[in-house]
Amino acid sequence: MSQSADAATAQSIVIAAECLTKRFGKQEVVSSIDFSVLQGQCFGLLGPNGAGKTTTIKMILGQSPISYGSLQVFGRPMPENARWARKRIGVVPQNDNLDPDFTVVENLRVYGSYFGLRRGELDDRIEQLLTFFNLSDRANARVEQLSGGMKRRLIIARALINDPELIVLDEPTTGLDPQVRHMIWARLRELKQSGKTLLLTTHYMEEAERLCDTLVIIDYGQILANGSPAELIRRYVEPEVLELRGPSGDLQLALAVQPQADGGPACRFETIGDTVYCYTDDTQTLARLFPDMPGVSRLQRPANLEDVFLTITGRDLRE
Amino acid sequence: MDIGLPRIGPRSLIIWRRNILVWRKLITPSLLINFGEPFLYLLGLGFGLGFFIGEMAGLPYLTFLASGIVASSAMNTASFEGMYSVYTRMVPQRTYESMLATPVDVDDIIAGEMLWCATKSTISGTAILAVASMLGAVLSWSALLVIPIVFVIGLCFAGPAIVMSAFSKSYDFFNYYFTLVVTPMFILCGVFYPTTSLPPALQPMVNILPLTHAVDLVRPLVSGQPPTAVGLHLAVLIGYAAIAYYLAVVLVRRRLIL
Ligand SMILES: Nc1ncnc2c1ncn2[C@@H]1O[C@H](COP(=O)(O)OP(=O)(O)OP(=O)(O)O)[C@@H](O)[C@H]1O
Ligand SMILES: [Mg+2]
Repeated sequence: MSQSADAATAQSIVIAAECLTKRFGKQEVVSSIDFSVLQGQCFGLLGPNGAGKTTTIKMILGQSPISYGSLQVFGRPMPENARWARKRIGVVPQNDNLDPDFTVVENLRVYGSYFGLRRGELDDRIEQLLTFFNLSDRANARVEQLSGGMKRRLIIARALINDPELIVLDEPTTGLDPQVRHMIWARLRELKQSGKTLLLTTHYMEEAERLCDTLVIIDYGQILANGSPAELIRRYVEPEVLELRGPSGDLQLALAVQPQADGGPACRFETIGDTVYCYTDDTQTLARLFPDMPGVSRLQRPANLEDVFLTITGRDLRE
Repeated sequence: MDIGLPRIGPRSLIIWRRNILVWRKLITPSLLINFGEPFLYLLGLGFGLGFFIGEMAGLPYLTFLASGIVASSAMNTASFEGMYSVYTRMVPQRTYESMLATPVDVDDIIAGEMLWCATKSTISGTAILAVASMLGAVLSWSALLVIPIVFVIGLCFAGPAIVMSAFSKSYDFFNYYFTLVVTPMFILCGVFYPTTSLPPALQPMVNILPLTHAVDLVRPLVSGQPPTAVGLHLAVLIGYAAIAYYLAVVLVRRRLIL
C-alpha cells in the first residue's frame, strides 16, 4: 500500500532540486536551492535581473553543468538523462532563437525534425499550433517579417511541437503588448488544464499571480520565499495598500499626521521617490485620517504580489 | 570541461538535412558560383598558362591543374562553410542553442555540420569535374571515384574550420586562418606544380599538410594513372577529420554548455 503511494508521489514530482548550486568561477549564481515542481502545476520562478533564473533552467535542460547538488527531472538524475528528458520538455528560451533561414511553417517542421518527428505526423500538429496561436495566415512568412508578438507566439508554438509534458518558459511575455500577453496567458491556462506542467519565469507579477499555483522568489541565487501567490501576500504584506503620491514637501506634511498615534489602524510606511506606500489592514479608515491635500493623489488597492516581491527583494536597482 | 568521447548518432543526419533545406532555397546562385569559379580558373590558368607550359609532370597542364583545383576547392568550400556558416549558426543566430533544447547534442550538431561541409565540397568538386571534362581535361572514367574522395577531403578540412569557429570571437579571426593556413596550402601543396619541385627543406612540412595528400589522391584518378599510397593518403585525411571532430566537439561544448 504505502509503496504504491510512494510510487504515486514520486511519479507526480516532475522536477526535484536539492541543494542545487551553480558557480561560474568563484561567483556562485545559484546557491543551494531546493524546490520541487509537481505534475500539472504552474510553477513560477521569480527574481530580479541576474537572480539565477535562466541558469537554473539551463541546468534543468542539461545546457549547463551542475556545480553541486542534485537535480531530477521526471524522476531521473540530470544531466546524464538530459537528452531523454528533453524529448518530453518544450522550451521557450528567454532570447529569440528562431531559425532565420526558414519561414514560419518551416521553423516548426525543422524543429520537429530535431525530435525525430516525421513530416506526416507533423503536418496536422503544425496546423493546430498555428491556429492555436493565430499564426495561420503568416504560415509562409519569413521570420524577420514577423512582429515581436508573432515571433514570441511562434516560439511558444514551437515549444509545443513535441507535445511535451513539461513546458519551460523563460520570460515568455517580456516586451509584448497587453493583447498578446492576455492571449498567451489564456493559452497557457488551457495547456495547464490539459494536464501539462509549466515552469515559468517572469518579471510581471501580475502574470505570476494569474498563472502560478506555486512560486519561489529567488535573489542572488537563493530562495527567499515560496508558496502560492495568495499565501505569499498573506505572509509578507498587509492586505491593503494606500498610495500617496505628490511633491515631497506635501508628502512630508501628510505623514506628519501620524494616523497610528491618532488611534488609526496599524500601518507600515515605505517611501520610494514621489510615493508613500502605507501597508495596512484598513485603508478606508486610514485614508480618512489624512487631510485632503490638492498636490497629493491617493490610491487605495488590495496588496499584490509586486508588493511582496519588492518587500522581499528590496528596492535597490540590480546590475 | 566535458572531454568525453563524442558519440555520432543518427541525429547528425537531421542537422545535415536542415542545412540541405536551406541550401535548396539558394540553389541557383549557389550552383552558379560552383560552376563559374572553376570555369574561370580552368579557362584562365589552364588555357592561358597551359599555352606556355604545355605539359607538367607528364600530364597536359589543364589536366594537372584541374585535378589540383578539384582538391583545393573542396578545401576552400569546407573551410568557408565550417567557419562563416557554422559561426553564424553558433553565435549570432543561436541556432545551436535552439537545437540543444531538443534531444540533439553537440556531438550530433558537429557531426552533422561536418557531413554538410563535406557535401558542399562534393557538390563543388563534382561541378569542377564536369567543367573540366567539358574542356577535355578529364582523361579517364576513374575520375568518377574522385567524387567520394572529395567528400573525404571535405570532412578533413571541415573539422579544423569548425575548431576555428569554436575559438573565434568574431568573423575577423577567419581572415587569419585563410591567410595563414588555407592560402599557403593552396600555393604549396601541389595544385599548380608538383611538390617535388619545391626545395628539399620544405618537403617534410608540405608532406604533413592534408592538401598534399588530397591532391595526390585526386590527380591520378583524373588522369587515369595508377594511384599510389592510397591507404596513407586516406589515413591522413581521415586522421585530420577525426582529431578535429573530437576537438571541435569539446570546444563547442565548452562554448555552449556553460
Ligand atoms: N556564462 C556565464 N559566465 C559567468 N557568469 C554568468 C554566465 N551566465 C550567467 N552568469 C551570471 O549569473 C547570474 C545569473 O544569471 P541568469 O541569467 O541566471 O539570471 P536571470 O535570473 O535569468 O536574470 P534575467 O532576469 O536578467 O534574465 C548573473 O549575475 C549573470 O551575470
Ligand atoms: Mg534570465
